[in-house]
Amino acid sequence: MNNSPSVQEISLDEMLVNQFDAHFELVSANDIPSVTALRKLAMQQFLLTGFPTSSDEKWRHTEIEALTDESFNYFLEPYKSERDIEDMFRCEVHNFDTEIISMLNGWLLDKKSGFTTLPNGIVYGSLRYAWKHFPEIINQHYGKIADYQTNGFVSINTAMVQDGVFIYVPDGVEAEKTIQIIKMIDRRESLFVQSRNLIVLGKNSKLSLMHCDDSINHFMSLINTVTEVYVGENAHFELYKLQNLNDKSGLINSTFIRQEANSTIKTNTLTFNCGMIRNNISVDLRGENAHADVLGLYLMDKKQHIDNQVYISHNAPHCTSNEKFKGILDDEASAVFNGYIHVARNAQKTNAYQNNNNILLKPTATINTMPFLEIYADDVKCSHGATIGQLDQEAMFYLRSRGISSSNARLLLMYAFAADIINQISIEPLRKRIDDMVKKRLRGELSVCEKCVLHCGMPEKEYHFDIDLSKL
Amino acid sequence: MENISGTNILDEVTQGDYKFGFYTDIENDTAPRGLTEDTIRFISAKKEEPEWMLAFRLKAFRHWLALKEPEWAHIHYPAINYQNIIYYAAPKRKEFASLDEIDPELLETFNKLGISLDEQKKLTGVAVDAVIDSVSVKTTFQDTLGKHGVIFCSFSEAVHNHPELIKKYMGSVVPYTDNYFAALNSAVFSDGSFCFIPKGVRCPLELSTYFRINAANTGQFERTLIVAEDSSYVSYMEGCTAPMRDENQLHAAIVEIVAMDNAEVKYSTVQNWYPGDKNGIGGVYNFVTKRGLCKGNSSKISWTQVETGSAITWKYPSCVLMGDNSIGEFYSVAVTNHYQQADTGTKMIHIGKNTRSTIISKGISAGKSNNSYRGLVKILPAASNSRNFSQCDSLLLGDKCGAHTFPYIQARNETSIVEHEATTSKISEDQLFYCKQRGIDTEKAIGLIVNGYAKEVLNKLPMEFAVEAQKLLAITLEGSVG
Repeated sequence: MNNSPSVQEISLDEMLVNQFDAHFELVSANDIPSVTALRKLAMQQFLLTGFPTSSDEKWRHTEIEALTDESFNYFLEPYKSERDIEDMFRCEVHNFDTEIISMLNGWLLDKKSGFTTLPNGIVYGSLRYAWKHFPEIINQHYGKIADYQTNGFVSINTAMVQDGVFIYVPDGVEAEKTIQIIKMIDRRESLFVQSRNLIVLGKNSKLSLMHCDDSINHFMSLINTVTEVYVGENAHFELYKLQNLNDKSGLINSTFIRQEANSTIKTNTLTFNCGMIRNNISVDLRGENAHADVLGLYLMDKKQHIDNQVYISHNAPHCTSNEKFKGILDDEASAVFNGYIHVARNAQKTNAYQNNNNILLKPTATINTMPFLEIYADDVKCSHGATIGQLDQEAMFYLRSRGISSSNARLLLMYAFAADIINQISIEPLRKRIDDMVKKRLRGELSVCEKCVLHCGMPEKEYHFDIDLSKL
Repeated sequence: MENISGTNILDEVTQGDYKFGFYTDIENDTAPRGLTEDTIRFISAKKEEPEWMLAFRLKAFRHWLALKEPEWAHIHYPAINYQNIIYYAAPKRKEFASLDEIDPELLETFNKLGISLDEQKKLTGVAVDAVIDSVSVKTTFQDTLGKHGVIFCSFSEAVHNHPELIKKYMGSVVPYTDNYFAALNSAVFSDGSFCFIPKGVRCPLELSTYFRINAANTGQFERTLIVAEDSSYVSYMEGCTAPMRDENQLHAAIVEIVAMDNAEVKYSTVQNWYPGDKNGIGGVYNFVTKRGLCKGNSSKISWTQVETGSAITWKYPSCVLMGDNSIGEFYSVAVTNHYQQADTGTKMIHIGKNTRSTIISKGISAGKSNNSYRGLVKILPAASNSRNFSQCDSLLLGDKCGAHTFPYIQARNETSIVEHEATTSKISEDQLFYCKQRGIDTEKAIGLIVNGYAKEVLNKLPMEFAVEAQKLLAITLEGSVG
C-alpha cells in the first residue's frame, strides 16, 4: 500500500502534520509507550517552531527554505524497489569485510528479518523492531541523547520516524568487523525520508561504524537523519560518514554522542557531493578523561552548499577534544562551519582544540566560518584557529619549475591539503579507498555512481596522479 | 618591570573601590524624564539647532520606534525602561571666556581625574575637549589648532559653524538606520566632539576628549565625528569615567571616522565607566557604535581600546576598508571583574583591493564576570589580495568567570587570506611560582603577568594613556586573586 498524499501542493510541514494526525496509529504501530509519549511531545514542539529558516541565527547562512518549501512525498510504509536489491548492495571494499546494513528510501531491507545477533553478542537490526524487543535499552537512551527541542528537524524526526538502525554492543565486547550502513535513495519522485539510529556501546566495548548516504538517481530528496550514540565507560567508537548524494538532494544529519568516563570517539565526516548538507554533530563529554576526535573533510563544487555545525560540550574534568574540519570549495559552492566548544564550570583541566581550514578556488566560492569558544572554567587550555586562503603559490612554483603541469600541481596540492584528514582514518583498506575517492573527486571524475558510493564497478586498483614523483 | 609604574601600584591595588566615584554638584539644566518627539524638540530647541538637524533627529526617532532591542549579544540585563531616562542634562552655564569662569567644582572634577585643563595645556601638549554630561565645556588649544586649519570643537558648535561639513559627513558612516542604539543616539544626542583635519596636515597635538556621566538617571548620548582629509594624520584619545551611582546609567554613543586618500586616524580609548559594585549593583550600560570608513586609497584607521569599566559593554569598533590598499587595525584589552559583562570586538569589512586588517584582542576575566570577543571579518568579492590576521586571547582568573570567543569570518574572494587564532588559558602556575620565588607577592605577580599579556596592545596607546591604562588594569583586577 502506498498511501501517498493526493495533494501535492501543500507545504512539507503541513503535509507531515496532516499525516501525523491522520495516520498516527500507523506511525506509532511498533512503539512502546515511552516512544509514543515522546512523539507527542516532539510534535507539539514542531507545531510551535516548524522547520528552521535562514533568519534563525543558527541557520543564517543556509537557505534551508529552498528545500523545506519544496513539495515531497512521504511514505509511512515500505515499498518495493524498482531495481534488483541484491545487485545494488553487492559492493564491498576490497580487503574490507563489513557487516552491511542496507537501507532503501529510509527503510531497512528486510532480508534478515529484524535482527542479526553475532556470536560475540552484538545485536544489529531495525529500530522498528528494537523498540519492542529491547525496551530497557530504549527507555534508558532513546530520545535522551538527542534533545527533540534542538531544532525542527530533530522534532519532526522524533515525532514521526518509523525506522532506522539499532546497534547494541554489550559490555566488554569488541566488534571484529566494521558495521556499514548503506543508505540509498532510489525513487522516481521527490522524497522526504527520515531515519533514526540508536547505537549503544557498553563498558569496555569497541565498535567502528561506517555510514554511507548515497542517491542513485537524479530526483530530489530530503533526508532527515538523527543518530544517537551512547558510549559507555572505557568504550571506543569510530564513525565514518560518507556523503555522496546528487546535486538536488538535501541531507540533514544530526548526530548526538554521549560519552562516559575514559571513553574515546572518532568521527570523520567526508562529504563528496550533495546539493545541500547540514551536519549537526553534538558531543557531550560527561565522564572524566573522555576524548573526542571530530574530523571532517568537504569537497564541494557547482552550487553545492555544506553547513557543518559541531557542538562539543565539556561537562566533566580532564576531557580532551580535537576538532578539525577542512574544505576545498570550487565554482559557486558555499560552506559554513560553526564549531562550538562549551566548557562547563566544573570541567577543569579541559584541553580543547578546534581548527577549520578552507581553500577557495574560484572568486564565486564562499565560506563562512565561525569557530566559537564559550568557557566557564579557568584551568583549561582551549585554542581555535580558522584560515581561509588559496593554494600556496610558492609550492605551486616549486612544482611547476619541475615540469609538472599546472593542473597536476594544483591537484597534488589540494590532495596534500585533504590528506591531513584522510590519514586519520584508522581502518587501512577504508583509508585507501577514501584516498582514491578524494583523488577522483578532485579530478572531477567522481560522480553519483550508478552502483553505489564504493565504486565496486571499477577495477580494483590503486589510483595515482600522472606525475613523475622522481622529479620532485 | 618598568611598565608597572613604580611601587605605589600595590597601594592602588589594595584600595580597591572605584576611584572616580565622586559626584560633582553642578546645577543641571535637564530635560523632563522620558522620550517623545517633544523631548527631541526640547533638546533641539535648547541647543538652538537649525531645522535640518531637528528633521534628522525626528527621522531617527521614528525609525527607532520601529526597531527592536538586539538580543544576540552574550549579555544579560534587566529590560531598560527608555521612558525613565533623562535624555538631556547640561551644566547650566554655557559661555566661558576663560578658565576662571568655569565652575570651580567642575575644574575640581578634572583635577581629580588628573586632567586639569591648565596644567595639561602646558605640560602635555594635549588639547582637551572636556564633555561633562554631554555638553562640551571648554576646548583648549583652539589657537594652535586653528593655525593649522584643524577644527576641533564641540558637535553643537560645529552644527552652527560648519553646517556644510556636518551635513556631508554626519551619518555617512553610521547611518541612523544602523542599529537600535545608533538610532536612539541619532535622535537624542546631546553633544560630542567634531574634528576636521584639512588636506596634508599632520595634527600637531594629540586630540583628547573626556566624557563623564554626572547627573543621576541621565543617559549619555554623545556623538563624535572625525574627518581626515587627504594625506592628513590625527591621533585622537577618548577617556571615560563615571561617578558611582546605584542605578544603571545608559550610555549610547556614536563615533564616526572618515579617512580620505592616504589619511591616517588613530583612535584610542580608555574606558573606565563605573562597573557596579562587588555585588553587581549599579554600573553603566555602555552600548556604543564606533565605525571608521577608510574612504580613500591607502588610508588607515586604527582603534586601540582599554576597556576596564561598565557593567555592560556592547561595543564593536569597526573599519570599512573601502579604498584600495587601505588598512584597518584593532587592538583591544578588555578586563571584567565582579559581575561585569563585556561583549566586544570589531568588524573588518574588506571592500577595496589589497586591503589589510589586523585584530589583536586580549580578554581578561575575573570574579563572576563574562567576557566575550565577537568579531566579524568580511571579505567582499572585489577585495582581491586582501589580508586579515586575527588573534584573540582570553585569560581566566578564577573559576567563576567566563571567557568566550565568537568570531565570524566570511570570505567571498579566492585571492584573499584570512587567519584567525585564539587561545584561552589561565595564568600558568610556573609563571606565578617564578615570580613568588623572587619575592614578588601573588597580587603583584598577577599584575605583572597581566601587564605582560596585554603589552602588545598597551604599547599601541599614546604615552599619556599607557600609564593610566596600566594602573587601571591593576585596579580592576584587585581582589581577583583567589
